[in-house]
Amino acid sequence: MTHIPTGADPTDPNAAGHEVGGGHGGMGDVPELQAARPLRVDVWRRFKENRLAVIGLFFIGFLILVAIFADVIAPYSFTERPGSETGAFRQGPSKDFWFGTDSIGRDVFSRIVYGARVSLRIGIVATTIALVIGLFFGAIAGFFGGFVETMIMRVTDIFLAIPYIVLAVAVAAVFGRSENAIILVLGLTGWLGVARIVRSSFLQLKQLEYVEAATALGYSRSRIMFRHILPNALQPIIVYGTIAIGTTILAEAALSFLGVGPQDPTPAWGLMVAQGKGDLANAAHLVFFPGAAIGLTVLSFVLVGDGLRDALDPRLK
Amino acid sequence: MVNYILRRLLLLIPTVFFALSFLFLLFFVLPGDPAELIAGGGDRAVNPIRLEQVNEQYGLDDPLPTQFVNYWKRTLQWDLGQSYSTGRSVNEILGDKAINSLRLGFWAILIEITVGIAVGLISAIRRYSLIDKLTTVGTAGVSAIPVFVLGFVFQYMFAVYPNLHDWPEWATLRTSQIGPPGSGNGDWFLFFLPVGEQWRYLILPAVTLACVSTALAARMTRGSMLEVLRADYMRTAKAKGLGERAIISRHGLRNAMLPVVTLIGLDLGAVIGAAVLTETVFSWPGLGSTIADSVLSRDLPVLLGLTLVVVLAYSLINLIVDVSYAWFDPRIRLGADAES
Repeated sequence: MTHIPTGADPTDPNAAGHEVGGGHGGMGDVPELQAARPLRVDVWRRFKENRLAVIGLFFIGFLILVAIFADVIAPYSFTERPGSETGAFRQGPSKDFWFGTDSIGRDVFSRIVYGARVSLRIGIVATTIALVIGLFFGAIAGFFGGFVETMIMRVTDIFLAIPYIVLAVAVAAVFGRSENAIILVLGLTGWLGVARIVRSSFLQLKQLEYVEAATALGYSRSRIMFRHILPNALQPIIVYGTIAIGTTILAEAALSFLGVGPQDPTPAWGLMVAQGKGDLANAAHLVFFPGAAIGLTVLSFVLVGDGLRDALDPRLK
Repeated sequence: MVNYILRRLLLLIPTVFFALSFLFLLFFVLPGDPAELIAGGGDRAVNPIRLEQVNEQYGLDDPLPTQFVNYWKRTLQWDLGQSYSTGRSVNEILGDKAINSLRLGFWAILIEITVGIAVGLISAIRRYSLIDKLTTVGTAGVSAIPVFVLGFVFQYMFAVYPNLHDWPEWATLRTSQIGPPGSGNGDWFLFFLPVGEQWRYLILPAVTLACVSTALAARMTRGSMLEVLRADYMRTAKAKGLGERAIISRHGLRNAMLPVVTLIGLDLGAVIGAAVLTETVFSWPGLGSTIADSVLSRDLPVLLGLTLVVVLAYSLINLIVDVSYAWFDPRIRLGADAES
């Protein structure tokens, strides 16, 4: 998933299968056409043309660096209260405290830097869980059909009937407020949409000739399912997954805000907004900076996801 | 068509049953004894006699299957029980809060339809113009900012800031609550129209709630309109010598609206979710904020009662959207294979 935008790998066995969509497949015997280029080269070329998506990608890269080197970047730890010594509580941005201080004198900038770790970890791990569960059930439903499909789709119907926030808040109340619990909650509630997408791709793909050919060759069902259909069903999932990291971060912020997310010393951005809401009149920066951090992060993932979709399937544009 | 509607309505029964049962059972996994919660309240020591009374009154001592059956017996008679924390009847609470949510939702959806579609249309017709680019970035931005942050930003800009800087009274909006206390429902004309002071309380939550779905509606309208503009019948209309205005309004708009109508219906789930957050930010006493509170205070009857109504409304609207879609576009067949 992560290696898509990087360089070419002519030996990639999947690339040839994808080439149909790209339309750039060269014929070896026509001299002026190039040899078949792997999909990722084309995708990257088209992706680069989308300026907003590239900016988003840069921001995500920047964020990952911030998360890795948080200890180096942040002047204080996220629990330290440097402001309490000088009486700098709820102080606006200044030379010493770039993003100001919070109600107990902690440095907001340091907390936002450490918060990048929390958001990225929750967003990426929870989305991965949701993708794995959704891929599994969606693939089974789409491939086998019949009773299994009906059961799985009814279960997703039941959970999709409950508005997502209500479902997530209720499940979160059971799992508790640790960071791992939130990851589980978001993963376990996020797979429903994935399952539906995977199912409909499988339904389409299993009618294609190459699946028929594979069946005729006597391959086992699991081999057809995972080796032949799955790689071709991955495109929409990659796009969905990229955007889902953003929406998962958004959901985590909402849970934190409603009081069922991570607890206090954890520098979760949503929680910081919730803690700052009482001071809107005299310390609006307590809401503004973490709010902007959430917004920029989510926006970046959405832009990259949109860019990937356009790059993967140029016919959509 | 009638068959399809009946089948969908029948499917609704198990869906709602299992969804509510799931939430019911979920609460028995929760740490903490609800009886102690009701009898004690906060950190006070629990009086054992009171505890027994509470257990008796709510039947909390019964084994789980009995409680489960009793819950559904009551619910089927439209008796949603009593709140654990206030003792009020949930049916009453529902009546109070639902009205407020409907009002807020009405205005939010009105904004979504008018502003969203207009912005989407303009940016589709003037593709690649400055307006189009601003719309693309703006809609993406608005849907990336959490609803509650948006709510606080609006509060700060239009209520807190003007207040701090002694702006004239008429230019200051209200941050929270639902209108002058004690004036009751007299503040609304014909149920939906805010009267007198009321509009100052309504604007900010309504705009906040509308933001996310308006952005979605704009994006959807733009995409759908762009597709329609490329269609053959549009070229035919142009070849016939029709004016641009007539082409767009008579041939383009009507065809582009189909997916948008669906979106606005399906989007209701997002509106409900956003309503939970918006109502919490603005202390708007509607269903959303009450549901959020009920989860936090472990008030199971309130949670289940209000969620039941929300789930029913959501499912029914989805059904209406599906049916109306087929109504608008006769090519769409409803039935087993249209379900996916």
